[in-house]
Amino acid sequence: MKFGVVRFPGTCDDFDARDACARVDGAEAVLLWHGDHDLQGVDAVVVPGGFSYGDYLRVGAIARFAPVMTEVIAFAREGGPVLGICNGFQILCEAGLLPGALLPNTGRRFIFRQVDLTVERTDTIFTSATPDGQSTLSIPIKHTTGRYYAPEDQLDAMEANGQVLLRYAPGQNPNGSLRDIAGVTNEAGNVFGLMPHPEHAVDPLTGSVDGLVPFTSMASAVGATV
Amino acid sequence: MKARVLIRPKAGILDPQGVAVEQALPALGFSGVSEVRVGRMVELEIEDESQLDALCQKLLANTLIEDYEIVSVDPAGAAS
Repeated sequence: MKFGVVRFPGTCDDFDARDACARVDGAEAVLLWHGDHDLQGVDAVVVPGGFSYGDYLRVGAIARFAPVMTEVIAFAREGGPVLGICNGFQILCEAGLLPGALLPNTGRRFIFRQVDLTVERTDTIFTSATPDGQSTLSIPIKHTTGRYYAPEDQLDAMEANGQVLLRYAPGQNPNGSLRDIAGVTNEAGNVFGLMPHPEHAVDPLTGSVDGLVPFTSMASAVGATV
Repeated sequence: MKARVLIRPKAGILDPQGVAVEQALPALGFSGVSEVRVGRMVELEIEDESQLDALCQKLLANTLIEDYEIVSVDPAGAAS
């Protein structure tokens, strides 16, 4: 199967994301240019982190209008798996593919640290590869604008529909996210956004390989349906 | 014509920038200041004023988290 990793002006995690995808057995990964109306026939899309368009106006606000996003939105509407990481999460929210928005951290500071994430569900195309018996993932965060927000009634509906896949472990909420939310899906479950960076936790050298879970899960979901 | 749009965090949503400014004021000798909210202002020239509201909703503000207000539209197009 083939992953496509979108690259905007200001994206900085595209290479790590591509390498994380390529570590999955049977997967290859290509970069997708923001200015092209072309997904190159990929089976899954990753919108990586960074500072697309300098975070001008609002995080993710300009990137959502890039030519490639027309194709990403159409791909998502047809049920294709889309993963948004950090700035990618912010972009998918701005594009209306995911509910809610990301606000500046409560503590006003840029935060860069390893966090534990509680996996709320393992029966999804983004978390199915969670090792048996493991209920948390150790993955780093690095952001200034990561406070997840949605109106209370919308949060209730999302929880009822099983759209909250990841929460910061008890006592570890770093940014003031409502209900400790670290990652959510759309209603259909084929678009997933999270603030932590799984692509930075794929090698024992850096302390954790838990970040492989979403990439491996997506690959096996696509492989199973092809 | 020239338009001016003010965008601010919705009421009830914590504004860390506003809190930081508010907390800095006493150190400078200013007391009794509260409810500081920091937003942004966008100025633009627009030919068709009827597009202004849609433009705000689609790009300038994220209405889930922000309120916007069109505070100044000068039909004469004169410099303000």
